[in-house]
Amino acid sequence: MTRRVVITGVGAVTPLGVGAEPLIDRWIAGECGIEDGAGRCREFDPLDFLSKKEARRSDRFAQMAVVAAAEATEQAGFGEELPYEPHRVGCVIGTGIGGLPSLEENQRKLIERGEKAVSPLAVPLMMGNAAAAAVAMRHGLHGHCYGVVSACAAGAHALGDASRIIRAGDADAVVSGGAEAAISGVAIAAFGAMEATSPTGVSRPFDARRDGFVIGEGAGVLVLEEKAAAEARGAEILGELLGYGATCDAFHLTAPQPEGTEAARAISLAIADAGLTAVDVDYVNAHGTSTPLNDRSETMALKAALGERAGDIPVSSTKSAIGHLLGAAGAVEAIATVEALRRRTAPPTVGWEEAEEGLDLDYVPGASKPIENGEGPLVAISDSFGFGGHNAVLCLAA
Amino acid sequence: MPTDVSTENVEKTIYDGLVELGTERGELSREATLEDLDIDSLDLVELAQIVEDEFGVELKGDDVKDVKTVGEVIDLVVSKSG
Repeated sequence: MTRRVVITGVGAVTPLGVGAEPLIDRWIAGECGIEDGAGRCREFDPLDFLSKKEARRSDRFAQMAVVAAAEATEQAGFGEELPYEPHRVGCVIGTGIGGLPSLEENQRKLIERGEKAVSPLAVPLMMGNAAAAAVAMRHGLHGHCYGVVSACAAGAHALGDASRIIRAGDADAVVSGGAEAAISGVAIAAFGAMEATSPTGVSRPFDARRDGFVIGEGAGVLVLEEKAAAEARGAEILGELLGYGATCDAFHLTAPQPEGTEAARAISLAIADAGLTAVDVDYVNAHGTSTPLNDRSETMALKAALGERAGDIPVSSTKSAIGHLLGAAGAVEAIATVEALRRRTAPPTVGWEEAEEGLDLDYVPGASKPIENGEGPLVAISDSFGFGGHNAVLCLAA
Repeated sequence: MPTDVSTENVEKTIYDGLVELGTERGELSREATLEDLDIDSLDLVELAQIVEDEFGVELKGDDVKDVKTVGEVIDLVVSKSG
C-alpha cells in the first residue's frame, strides 16, 4: 500500500510574530511585517525559549528553528516521549546560508586579534546543518538527520526530501522545514551588489513597480507523518503533502530561465506526483520574490503548467507580507499555504496595485478572498526557486 | 599587561567566565564538579581563551582532561603561571 504523508504540526517564527497563527492571521488581514527595508523577527527573543547556554550554542537561524520545532511538535502531540521509536523519526531542515553572522563575527576576531580569538563554537554555530542537529538533539530524534542547502529553495527541498523519506519507509515521522537569519553585513552587501534586493525596501511581487526582494529572517517547521500511523495514534491531521517536484534550470548562476520552462516542469511533476492534474489546483502560493525576473518567469511557468485555467486560480505571495526568508521561505510558505487552505481563504499579495503586460494572473490584490470549490479538501501548489536554478514545488491539500 | 595570577583573581575570572558561558552564579563553588555544572569540552576551550586573555596562561586540552572540579581548574591556572 502506498505510504502517504500528512502534516500534524506547524510552527513558525516570522516578521509577523512568533507562531504559525500570527503568520496566517495577520497575512490574511493584509498586514506586512517589513520595517525599514527588512523583514526582521522583532518579537523573537531566544532567551524567552532557550537557556543562556543553549542560546550561546546556536546561531540565530538555529535558535529560530528550535523554537518553530517546539511549536510544531507540541501541536503534533509529541510529549516527553516520542509517539514513534526514535530511530523512526527524522529531522531535515534547510537553510540558504547557515550561521552567517557567526562566521562574520569570528572572521572579525581572526583579523583583529588572531587565531587564538576564534571561538571553538564557530564551526558548530555556522554549519548549515546546525538547525537540524539542534532540533534533533532537543527532541531525541535518531532517524535521518541533515541540513539541505539550495539557496531559496532549501525549505521546500527539505520538506520534499522528508516526505520521500517517509514514503520510502525509512521513517514514520520527520520534523522538517527551513531556517534563515542572514540579515547581516556580507549578505546585505552581496545581495545589494548583484542588484537582487529592492533599493526602495518595498516587497511588491508581481506589481509593475517591483524592484527587487526584501531580505527577511525566520523559520518554519512542520511535523510530517505517515498517514496511517498518524491516524492510528489519533493525531489531528492538518493537511497532506501530496506531491513534490524538483528540477534545475542548469541555465545561469542566479537568473531564472526566462520562460520558466524548468520551473513549469517542477510544478507539473508535483501535481502528477500527487496523482492529480492541473484542473485540481485551487490556489497557488507563489515564490513571488518581487524581483523583475522571477515574477515574470514564474508567471510564464504557471501559465505553462496550469494551462487555460491559470488565470482563474488565485496566486499570492507570502513575501509581500514578510519579505524573502531565503532558505526558510519554502517551509514558512508551506505552512501559510496549508493554513490558508484550512481557512478556505486566499491571502492577498499585499501592496499589489499596478499590472504589467504579461503579468495577468489573479494575484489576489487588495484583500484576501474565499477559495471556492465545494466542501471537500482544497489543493494548492507552493513554489520555491533558488539561485543556482533550483526549482522545488510542493503540492499540498487541506 | 596580564593581570596578577593570584588565586583570588583567577577565581573571579573563572567564575565570571562560567557565568558568561551560561552557568548560574549561585551554583558555583570550588567543590562544584564540571559534570554537575554541565560544563563540557567546548566550554573548557572557551574558558581557556578567557584565562589566556586575562593572565597570559595557556591551557591545552590535555591539561584539563582530568580536571573534575572548578577548584581544580583554578589551581591549575595558578600552578601553570609559576
